[in-house]
Order: sequence, then structure tokens, then C-alpha cells
Amino acid sequence: MTRVEFERQLEVIQEDMLVLATMVHGAIERSMEALRRPDVELARQVIADDAKINRKRYETEEKCLELVATQQPLAGDLRTIFAVLHIVVDLERMGDHAEGIAKIAVLLADAPPLKPYIDIPRMAQLCQSMLMSSLEAFKDRDAARAVAICDQDDEVDALNDQVYRELLVYMLGNPQTIERATYLTWVAHNLERIADRVTNICERVVYLVEGKIGELNVSKY
Amino acid sequence: MTETKLPVQPPEVRVAAPGAALARAPAERREPAAGRAIIDPPEPAVFALDGLNLWYGHKHALAGVTMNYPVNRVTALIGPSGCGKSTLLRCLNRMNDLIPGVRVSGTIQYHGANIYDRQVDPVEVRRRIGMVFQKPNPFPKSIYDNVAFGARVNGFRGRMDDLVEGCLRQAALWDEVKDDLRKSGLALSGGQQQRLCIARALAVQPDVILMDEPCSALDPIATLKIEDLIRELVKDFTIVIVTHNMQQAARVSDYTAFMLLAHEGGPGELIEYGLTNELFTNPRDHRTEDYITGRFG
Repeated sequence: MTRVEFERQLEVIQEDMLVLATMVHGAIERSMEALRRPDVELARQVIADDAKINRKRYETEEKCLELVATQQPLAGDLRTIFAVLHIVVDLERMGDHAEGIAKIAVLLADAPPLKPYIDIPRMAQLCQSMLMSSLEAFKDRDAARAVAICDQDDEVDALNDQVYRELLVYMLGNPQTIERATYLTWVAHNLERIADRVTNICERVVYLVEGKIGELNVSKY
Repeated sequence: MTETKLPVQPPEVRVAAPGAALARAPAERREPAAGRAIIDPPEPAVFALDGLNLWYGHKHALAGVTMNYPVNRVTALIGPSGCGKSTLLRCLNRMNDLIPGVRVSGTIQYHGANIYDRQVDPVEVRRRIGMVFQKPNPFPKSIYDNVAFGARVNGFRGRMDDLVEGCLRQAALWDEVKDDLRKSGLALSGGQQQRLCIARALAVQPDVILMDEPCSALDPIATLKIEDLIRELVKDFTIVIVTHNMQQAARVSDYTAFMLLAHEGGPGELIEYGLTNELFTNPRDHRTEDYITGRFG
């Protein structure tokens, strides 16, 4: 006995999840680009495209629910579906953070640049690399790799703290920079939250492989 | 020959630590193929099976089954057709004795007494360990007499009306039949007949109820009623259920045992045993995973 159709549908939801991840990865990339150039058109495009990300999440969720309702999945199949269900929610929220960065790019577009962007793009690169690695760990069912990715979240947190301190110095030195600096702390915060959501994905990979649900990266606060 | 009495209550409650089954190594015992996936419930046990083998003539049907069944819990036996789950169930109240050519080795301790001891009366075993079958099989008698029959045979001396009402209430049938207890049991619906059979089993005051696919002949609504009833009954009884319906095993049982043929034409073996929610979400043995996810064979 095999379940050809069920297996195909299981593949479909995992592929949908990877497509969604690619869309989110692109949104982070383009929102950062819009901030750096600055490019209002590009930023507005990212904001508009967030609806597509949301739609993809709901479509995938519906497929997952359909599978649960009609196929009574168990064991590894059940864990796969629930992992996908959780991960698409995290991905969609990452999309919202990318949209948040794009909105700030619009707000900052007409203002003179406060400083060259160094640490913020580094944070974004780390987030993107963590995101893609976490999905490779999902595809390869590699729990050890998922755990290792979470260590990078500490690097993102450290960069966020650094950016915050640096911007605070600007604000203390010249109150006219407060508005721009505050916007940039929001950008860093959005990236920091994206990295946190990658750790959620890693937790789901461990659950998928080992059947254990638990927090991988406990807050230092 | 003096008859060995079965203890009413366990003289000493036996608590098996997880993995205890693996530590025991009696001479006759054959190690299960996937011993690491068999975890005895860490709870007081009604039955303790050790190295149970069964043959129908030359046909080896069960091999080296070692497991405990905990008190006041539902234990489900699952596995493909012909893997020996009904045979195992019938071993627990010596129903297999009625089949010519059956031979059993190993032990089944019931509250510490070996039910296959020569001096044990199998009729007493079956009174303590009742059974409900796949197809409802009420006697062609009134509802009242169906319930009262076993008690009368056993010389029940209390108030029969109270016993009948109590058993029908426990079987969640009283409200549906109380106005016409003289009606034939055969006039009830399939689901009601099955609950009547459960009430009949309860009337001889058993300790354990064995259920051999009790819902396979019932519609989904009647099935859910029986499943609700099982969860009620387990407060007072220990229940072992054989089912082909994995969703049912997942819904009603606390522990699940997965059985499989050792090889084609070979005997049935216990492959995995543990908490139901763990077995259905994260099985330890890949054969369990293959079976419950429908990739078996």
C-alpha cells in the first residue's frame, strides 16, 4: 500500500513553503536596497508585494488543513504538516518586517543620510543567510544544522545592540538626527525580529526530525 | 487437585520501570525484534506477559511477546490483518483454549497469578476478564435477561433489578431502554446491541474488559458512543482493545502496541509499545511509522 496522492500533496505544501521563503528573502533584499539607494518606487513595490506573501501563507495553510482533515496524517507526516503550518506563519511575519523596512525607506528617502550603512546591511545579510540555511536544514531533515544556525542569532542581536548604541550617540550629539536615527533603530529591530523568527523555524526542524518541541535560543534578558 | 484461586486484588502491586521488560531475561524468552521500541508503562500492571508464544498446530502465531498492561488504562493493539493481535487478546482470558491444537508457552501473570497454571479454572478467568466481540451478539432474550443471564449463572444473590439497572447505566444504555426492558435484545440497533453486550459483560463484575474490534460493525455515530463509553468505563475497569481503525486507537487508548509478522508466513511479534500520543506522533521503530502512515508493504 502506498499513498501516492497524499505524498504528492505533502510535497506540494513543502514546495509552497520554500516558494514563500524565497519571496520573503527577496522582500528583505529589496527593502534593504530601497533603503540604501534610496528608491521610493522599489520600497512601494515591496509594500505592495507583501499582499502576495500573505496570500501564499493562507493558501499553504489551507492546503495543510485540508490534508489534516482528509488524510488523517500521523507520525512523520503529521510532524511535517505541523512544521510547515508554523513555518509559513513565521515566514509571513518576516515578510511584514521586510515591509516595515520598506516603509521606513519611504520615510527616509528625502532626508539626508545620517551615516553610511555598514552594520545594518550586515545584519540583513546574516538574516538572509540564516533564513536560507534553516530551510536547507528543513529539506535535509538536519536537526544539528538547525541548532547551529541559532547561534548566529546572537551575532544579529550583538549587531542590533551596536547599531542602537551608535545611533544613541548621534541623537545625544545632535537632536536634529533623532527622527532619522529612530527610524534606523526600527530597521535594526525589524531585522533582529527576522532572525528571531528564523530560530523558530529551526525549532520546527528539530521537532520535525526528533519529535521534540523546545526553545533553541533563550533570550538573554 | 486443588484449584488455584485468582487474587481479587493484586497482593503486591507490580510497578514496572521503563525498560524493565528488557532487563528481565527468563530462559525461554525470545528477545523482540525491536526491543528498544517496547517500553512497559511505568504503572501498576494487571497483566504481565513474559515470552508468550502461541502455536495453532504447527503454525507459530505469536512469538516472544513480553509486555505489561496497566490498571485502569485502555491499551490498544494495532497491526495489519493476521499479525496476531486478536490471538494475543484471546490469550488474556484463555479464549484460545477453545480452539483445538493450540499450544502456549511463556507466562501471563494476572495480578501476579499465572492464568495458564494447570490449576486455574478458565471459567473463573473469563468471569474476571470479560470480552466484547466484533459483531454484537446479544442472546435472543429480553434486554433484562441478557444482562441478568451471566449473574444468574454465577449465583448472584443481590437485587437483580439494581444490578441490571446499574450495568445498563454504566453501559450508557439505560435511558434508551428503561421503559421496555422486556423487549428482545435483538430488536435494538447495532450500536445499542453492542452496548447491551458491554452491559452483559459488566454484570458478572469483571476486572478487565477485552474488546475485539467492538465498533467495526457500527456506523460512525454508534462508534463514537462506544468510544465515549470506553473512556467512561476505564475509570473502573482495565480495557484492552483490538482495532483496525488507527484513529480509534489514537482517540480511545492510553497505550498502544504495534504488532507485525516477523516475516512472511512467520509469527506475529510485538514491534513497538508505548504511550499512544508518542507512538502516533513520534514512533521509535520505522516499521511502526510505515504502518501508521500508510506506507506499509
